[in-house]
Amino acid sequence: MQAFFDIFDIYLLEAVINGILLGGVLALLALGLNLIFGVIDVTWICYAELVMIGMYAMYFLVQYYGISYFLAAPLTILLVAVLGAALHYLVIAPLLTAPPINQLLATGGVLFVLQSFATVAFGIDFRNLGIRLPVLAFGDMNFSYARLLSFLAALVGMVAVYLFMTRTFTGTAIRAISQDRQIMALMGVDTKRIYLITSAIGGGLAGLAACLLVLQYDVHPFVGLSFGPITFLICVLGGLGNFIGGFIAAFVFAEIISLGGLFSDLEWGYVLAFAFFIVMMFIRPAGLLARRR
Amino acid sequence: MMGRGRLAAWAIGLAALVALPFVYRDPYHLHILVLILIWSFAYTSWSMMGRFGLVSLGHGGFMGIGAYVTALLWNHLGWSPWIGIPIGMVAAGALALIVGYPCFRFRITGHYFVLVTLALSGIVLQVITATRDYTGGSLGYTPNRAPGNKLFALQFDDKITWYLIALGVWLFGIVVWHWVDRSMARYALEAISEDEDAAAAAGVDVTAEKLKITLLSALMTALAGAIYCQYQMFITPDTVSGIAVSLQMVFAAIVGGLFVSLGPTFGAVITIMLAETLRIGFGTKAVGWDNLVYGVLLVLFIIFLPKGILGSLLDRLKPQRKVSRAHEQEAVQIARPGT
Repeated sequence: MQAFFDIFDIYLLEAVINGILLGGVLALLALGLNLIFGVIDVTWICYAELVMIGMYAMYFLVQYYGISYFLAAPLTILLVAVLGAALHYLVIAPLLTAPPINQLLATGGVLFVLQSFATVAFGIDFRNLGIRLPVLAFGDMNFSYARLLSFLAALVGMVAVYLFMTRTFTGTAIRAISQDRQIMALMGVDTKRIYLITSAIGGGLAGLAACLLVLQYDVHPFVGLSFGPITFLICVLGGLGNFIGGFIAAFVFAEIISLGGLFSDLEWGYVLAFAFFIVMMFIRPAGLLARRR
Repeated sequence: MMGRGRLAAWAIGLAALVALPFVYRDPYHLHILVLILIWSFAYTSWSMMGRFGLVSLGHGGFMGIGAYVTALLWNHLGWSPWIGIPIGMVAAGALALIVGYPCFRFRITGHYFVLVTLALSGIVLQVITATRDYTGGSLGYTPNRAPGNKLFALQFDDKITWYLIALGVWLFGIVVWHWVDRSMARYALEAISEDEDAAAAAGVDVTAEKLKITLLSALMTALAGAIYCQYQMFITPDTVSGIAVSLQMVFAAIVGGLFVSLGPTFGAVITIMLAETLRIGFGTKAVGWDNLVYGVLLVLFIIFLPKGILGSLLDRLKPQRKVSRAHEQEAVQIARPGT
């Protein structure tokens, strides 16, 4: 038994648990993107930039207007949800019949717009909330309280989406549309409305992620680039539009990043994750849980 | 294929371009022209595969590898860019094969392909940032000034030399574009972009054809990155790699027009002139305004003019060619997922 503990080093355990905590937030990010892809069949390249706007909203609401964190969070979620709906209404809806790649590139244009908007409006300074949450000590291991809170909130958010999708009429309609978009219009489902609602939910999830990420990271106009690519990797690895696959992939990636970061810099964790991703592309090209189409 | 009149037009145009710097010497305008030529070459390289429905957002990665490998070999090992550039190109080509092979072998198309390549360019950015002890990280990197032989170091001070180099590289890109345009590979790739299964059934080696064009495109993009680095003598991860650069390539090619040889060049002229005008117009005190306008224009372009300016213009000028271009209309419907 003693030998087991010698090998099973305490830092390793700390990294593993931190990885799980990080995985919660990544899973939340991937969920929003997967939802949009699964239902509307569009990839929002600018998804991480929506999160960035949400982080700024949190910063200004809390720091500038002095609103308490727990009051600011719902406001931010609402704001980003509205942004998501607006993105769909203004950019995606006119392109619904266009080639998919044009839809994708148009959201890429929105990425530029949001980034430069943030640069113009807020400057390029790094800003943080100034909330320092205590560090939780458990034995010799340290966990950041912020991460624990994020993990729990992410789980609650995901369960809420799950319940919405399975227990409500609108949720059922959303799932039905993702299965067959032509037939559902004939069954009397207002596709346009469902798309708008889905976009709003996707935006809301980005908003929730923003509320949680702002606790751990500084916000600046290019912050989206630091976790945007990883979110796309997770979605592809899980299988685009596959919620459970995305969920698992998020935790796998978070563990790789966390454990990789244990041995070297955090960026090398990302590099390791990428190497893993390429290998997985050989083994399971259409995602972890894919059924071949 | 090319008519005598068109050939003459090309020759006259080229002669004018070569003569230009000896007549007109304004350094700022020459600088803009060199940038336009280098980026045109990069955009042309991208459109080599983009026109066949292989929409890659990983080209920022290839460009970054070309630029950084060349600069790193020069600074750390003292290897001349004449050796460094081929090595950088080979490195980018190898990466293209590593990522491309599984993608094509396992029929990863549409959104999947875009996202896989997107991740690729993001990760090249991460690696450059992570190895900051060698690459300078996000602060950027400067190749050392050559003490002796300028030609050996591929560093020139005067704009005219660079203009001619950039012109040569750009012309090389256009020639390769036409070479592919006339090759059998073009028909194979067009067939693939319309229906992979049918193409495979007709005896086209889908994986090999796609890999070839991807490799070619990646090699050329890496060359563009290296030339850009040698010209600017300063590179940052954000200017030569990453998602922003990849998107910039795709946009310029689409704005100009994917399916005509000068389309990407036209796109480069428009986007760079636009960016410069906005930058000068708004001044340095309002950083970001130029990109804001740029982004809005690009979204509008994709919604209202998806075939690009030059593509749409040519369509309007030559209505009789519409029939023969029917396949290109089809090819606009690129990257349809799950078909």
